[in-house]
Amino acid sequence: MPFVGSPIECTNLRKTYDGKVEAVRGLSLSIEAGECFGLLGPNGAGKTTTIEILEGLLAPTSGEVRVFGQTWNDNPRQLREWIGISLQETRLSEKLTVRETIELFASFYSEPRPADEVLQELELTEKADAWVGKLSGGQKQRLAVATALVGNPRILFLDEPTTGLDPQSRRQLWDIVRAFQKKGGTVLLTTHYMDEAERLCDRLAIVDHGQIIAEGSPNELIDRLGGHHVVEFQVNGSGKDADGNGEAGLDRWRSLPSVESVRREDATICVSVREPHLTIPALLDAVTKQGHQLEHLSTRQASLEDVFVQLTGRHLRED
Amino acid sequence: MKNAETNARSDPAADLPADDRPADRAQPAAQEAGNVADGVVGNDVRKGRRNGRWSGYRHLLWARVLELKREPEVVFWVFIFPLLLAAGLGIAFRSKPAEVPSVVIVDNAGAQKTLGMLQGASDRSSGDKKSSVRATILERDAALKAFHFGKYDLAIEANQDGSYTFYYDPARPESVLSRAEIDAALQAAAGRKDAVATSSQSSSEPGSRYIDFLIPGLLGMNLMNSGMWGVGFALVEMRQRKLLKRFVATPMRRSDFLLALTSSRLVLMVIEVGLLLGFGVLVFHMRVQGSILSVILLGSLGAVAFGGVGLLTACRAQKIESVSGLINLVMMPMWIFSGVFFSYQRFPAIAHPFIKALPLTALNDALRATILEGASLGSQSGRLLVLAIWGGVSFVLALRWFRWT
Repeated sequence: MPFVGSPIECTNLRKTYDGKVEAVRGLSLSIEAGECFGLLGPNGAGKTTTIEILEGLLAPTSGEVRVFGQTWNDNPRQLREWIGISLQETRLSEKLTVRETIELFASFYSEPRPADEVLQELELTEKADAWVGKLSGGQKQRLAVATALVGNPRILFLDEPTTGLDPQSRRQLWDIVRAFQKKGGTVLLTTHYMDEAERLCDRLAIVDHGQIIAEGSPNELIDRLGGHHVVEFQVNGSGKDADGNGEAGLDRWRSLPSVESVRREDATICVSVREPHLTIPALLDAVTKQGHQLEHLSTRQASLEDVFVQLTGRHLRED
Repeated sequence: MKNAETNARSDPAADLPADDRPADRAQPAAQEAGNVADGVVGNDVRKGRRNGRWSGYRHLLWARVLELKREPEVVFWVFIFPLLLAAGLGIAFRSKPAEVPSVVIVDNAGAQKTLGMLQGASDRSSGDKKSSVRATILERDAALKAFHFGKYDLAIEANQDGSYTFYYDPARPESVLSRAEIDAALQAAAGRKDAVATSSQSSSEPGSRYIDFLIPGLLGMNLMNSGMWGVGFALVEMRQRKLLKRFVATPMRRSDFLLALTSSRLVLMVIEVGLLLGFGVLVFHMRVQGSILSVILLGSLGAVAFGGVGLLTACRAQKIESVSGLINLVMMPMWIFSGVFFSYQRFPAIAHPFIKALPLTALNDALRATILEGASLGSQSGRLLVLAIWGGVSFVLALRWFRWT
């Protein structure tokens, strides 16, 4: 009796804490089988609240959730057999070994995977007999994912899976997620790392203030910026509008060929362009004509960060 | 057979290519192993396993026992600390001959004569034993001061008319006792004859000493302490670590978890009872009158009852700081009223019904009756009922109010 339809669907989710704080305000999603879907947004955007509602750990104030066509009130135990979860922050018992922890979690599922297989897949075999308290951050996070995978789930929920990890551990986790997806699994993850979202997710929703402000594949979202490239430069002189650094001065850059949009960050001017080879010569001419000098010029691929900045006027991570 | 089961359940991933489905990779090996593998006990982490109804409970219980075993503090507080307490109190309050009265005589004309009378009296009464009165002569001020500071039990002043004045403290039992003894000694030395002949027989058999009273009380208190901390504290710690939330995100049965936590107490209980009773028997030559089975059954009931109370205490608390306060608040009245270190008979009779309704009182009374008097469990149904009600009601309320996240 194969299930046809979206494994995860929710419509018009709202969550209000204590009748005051609106963490999620009318959020609808539909996640397809076999895809890796990401919720991307800054801290406090409502990502964790959303994913915990979908996981059946939080009740929404209003709205409907369906996992494999069932609500969390229908048959929660059966649904839990089909999903694997890694919470944003779980400190597993420090005095149990890695293998004991995995076997404990395996014991909750009616048909778990063999612990050894999971240990091997997550490269934890060497640490199988080490206490959880002695693991590194990356190993702990892999163990957290192992406890999610040992139940042989159809959907994997990961809340901020790589926050605080070193680059190598992050890549290791990405490989694990891809391997799960390759075997037919569906993944829903939250992240505030745009590079993670870009590399890992087939589709993503950008979440801000409890609402989805954009949705699509990473490429589609970047397409919406207009240009796939960003040219960043600074010109000398500290005078304001006269130098073209002020708001009024931005217009003169907008009229350059192939430019889609212009914004300013401190002293740097960021221009979204479709074809840098048309824009840059014209830019150099314009600077020379105005009697200024370029102090800095670089071009790069547009990223989800640029999408977020364009949509909200803020950066994902306000450090 | 395994294939059939896998295909029969409703499988949301069934529309995926068979080769890509993780569950299928384990199938061939499981089939080859066939029924032989199914029969191998303890080999259940091999390929293609299906978990039974109690798999989760067994693993939770075992994990809890392993964690406790690996926590040195637990070993100390649960096992070593009660023994140290028993040893310390047993030695401090060991049965020993009554204190020799210690008196001070005010230095005046009659002082030497008084001293002589007391020493003569003690020589006569004690025969070949050492003096049964310790007497000193001091200046009047110094004597009264020393008495007031508790250095002497009694001060005596010989008056000029041949009479004596005793200075004593009615609030100090040894002072009251000394006054009677010294009075008798002086009267005898002055020639008073006993009106009737009396004789005494001493009794300090095992069973009536303080240590015999103490050990069952310590056992009850220990079951309460470790039940409250072992369940309540552990629970809030797991809640704070988000481990509870992680557990309820799996198909784990919530009742299995609570049951495992509570019944892990039973494993420890057997060890606690064995250690404390064994210590009492070996070191203080205590005699256990009732059957060990009855003691273990009582201990189980006590452990589960306090496990339930611990569960209730911790059912909402989010922080270990707040639950620590709550646990102490719940236990404090029982430390004082439930007759751990001294009998609750010392409290006014009007309070006794309330005291007897406390679970620790019921447990201590039952343990003492069983261990010291050999009373059967059947004869103590009231106490057992008190324990069962506390445990049962707490468990039900805890389940209703429990906060998992």
